[in-house]
Amino acid sequence: MTVLRRIGTTLALPAVLFAAWWVLSADSTDYFFPPLSGIVETLGDEWFGPRLTADVLPSLLRLTAGFALAAVVAVALGMLIGLSRTVRGLLEPVLEFFRAIPPPVLVPVFILFLGIGDGMKVAVIAFGCTWPILLNTVEGVRAVDPVVVDTARAYRIDGMARLRHVVLPAASPQVFAGLRQGLSVAIILMVISELFAASNGLGFAIVQAQRTFAITEMWAGMLVLGLLGLLLALLFRVVENRVLAWYHGLRRAHRAP
Amino acid sequence: MSGAPAAARDDVPALPAAGRPTSAPRGRRRRVPQAALGLSGLAGLVLLVELLPRTGLVPSRYFPPASEIAVALAELAGRGAFWTAVGDTLRGWAIGLSVAAVAGVVLGLLIGSSRLARELTDSTIEFLRPIPSVALIPLAILVFGSDIESKLLLVVYAAFWQVLVQVLHGVADVDPIAQDTARSYGLGAWARARHVTWPTTLPYVMTGLRLGAAVALILAVTAELVIGVPGLGELLNTAQSSGAVAQTYALVVVTGILGVLVNVVFRAVERRVLAWHPSQRAEVPV
Repeated sequence: MTVLRRIGTTLALPAVLFAAWWVLSADSTDYFFPPLSGIVETLGDEWFGPRLTADVLPSLLRLTAGFALAAVVAVALGMLIGLSRTVRGLLEPVLEFFRAIPPPVLVPVFILFLGIGDGMKVAVIAFGCTWPILLNTVEGVRAVDPVVVDTARAYRIDGMARLRHVVLPAASPQVFAGLRQGLSVAIILMVISELFAASNGLGFAIVQAQRTFAITEMWAGMLVLGLLGLLLALLFRVVENRVLAWYHGLRRAHRAP
Repeated sequence: MSGAPAAARDDVPALPAAGRPTSAPRGRRRRVPQAALGLSGLAGLVLLVELLPRTGLVPSRYFPPASEIAVALAELAGRGAFWTAVGDTLRGWAIGLSVAAVAGVVLGLLIGSSRLARELTDSTIEFLRPIPSVALIPLAILVFGSDIESKLLLVVYAAFWQVLVQVLHGVADVDPIAQDTARSYGLGAWARARHVTWPTTLPYVMTGLRLGAAVALILAVTAELVIGVPGLGELLNTAQSSGAVAQTYALVVVTGILGVLVNVVFRAVERRVLAWHPSQRAEVPV
């Protein structure tokens, strides 16, 4: 019964909204807001057909490459910076400044260096999502319980072993917070970098549709982008719940009276 | 409610760490003050940006030395158009953030106060929130063109979810025992909202506002850059496409400074508003 209720409450509002959009737009002649039935049709024919490999895949590859690069570099650097008080004090204002730069303004700058190819797009994505990951890692490493670190030291757990088995796990909740922020920045930059100059990709296809006034295609593309954001967020949550299962359990235990 | 995992949160609440304060006093007298360290770090960055192009390690055509960027910055500061652009960017940011904040707080409190409303909206919120607001760019161009409404649409959409999700977390965090106690003392619905729910939610509201403010600035500049709404982003686009490289970098620096200012101001406000809250008093020795 509770399961049924849960399914009911989960699906009720989305169903109502979808139905409302469908009905209200059914014989819409408004140029900007075409009928939903047409959008869904385009979605199936175009986006889950030829465009899936022609546009969605290249975008996803660039996103993955940039994000993975940033994650590896930022977590490694963040651990090094976070461990030393002096280095942290020296670099923190610099890093805060880099994080505060709205990442899309980097696109024009990176075009100067790298032209408009795939390299520029991957570099923009990587550069933009480095900062939230890096700063969160530094913060996570800084907040590692000193008793744990001292205990590890007393047991002569040193060097890489301490980083790998003590510092990294302790910092991982904060690292994941950074990765999550980085991922949403990465999606934004994926789209923006394709808006400027590209011959394929989601952002390119959507803007192309808008420029040629293929409004139904444009709406379908926006839906694809929304679905992609949703899918990546779900995927991220699955990974996080798996990796941080111990942490969530610990928090629950602390909260319980 | 189990449906509210630690989704949109940048500050992971620290687990109670037993020995945290013990490491602080150790060796305080010989340490270089943090501010001096930070300043030398910034000075090092400026020096690096000066030397890299000067020594030819990076082509100065694409990467002008710091001194040239500074000159371009000074030149910009003497121009009225620049300050108009700063004003345009800040206006879009402020209006968008205010709309998003009011809508987020009001809706958050309304939804959060009813279990049924929470359950009904949970899936929809989780669906709409991850949709990147840049997906709205083509729609904004079509409907509003390069008017300020385009900017506002992106800013409000992006900042609204940050605020709403935090407020929902906050309302869910209210101690049920405190609620029951207030109820058994005969406090009405309004008094409970005012004296129990709101103080618990306030720290989350402040976090939501701070996150929303940062995102709002990003989207404001993005709208200017991509759609051509007047503001710093549009100026930057013009500078880049006309080959004014030093000016492009100067404008990037300006947006960075704006971002830092937004962050600093919101942290200060947070400290002031939440001066009574334990999270802000952690450093006081007991």
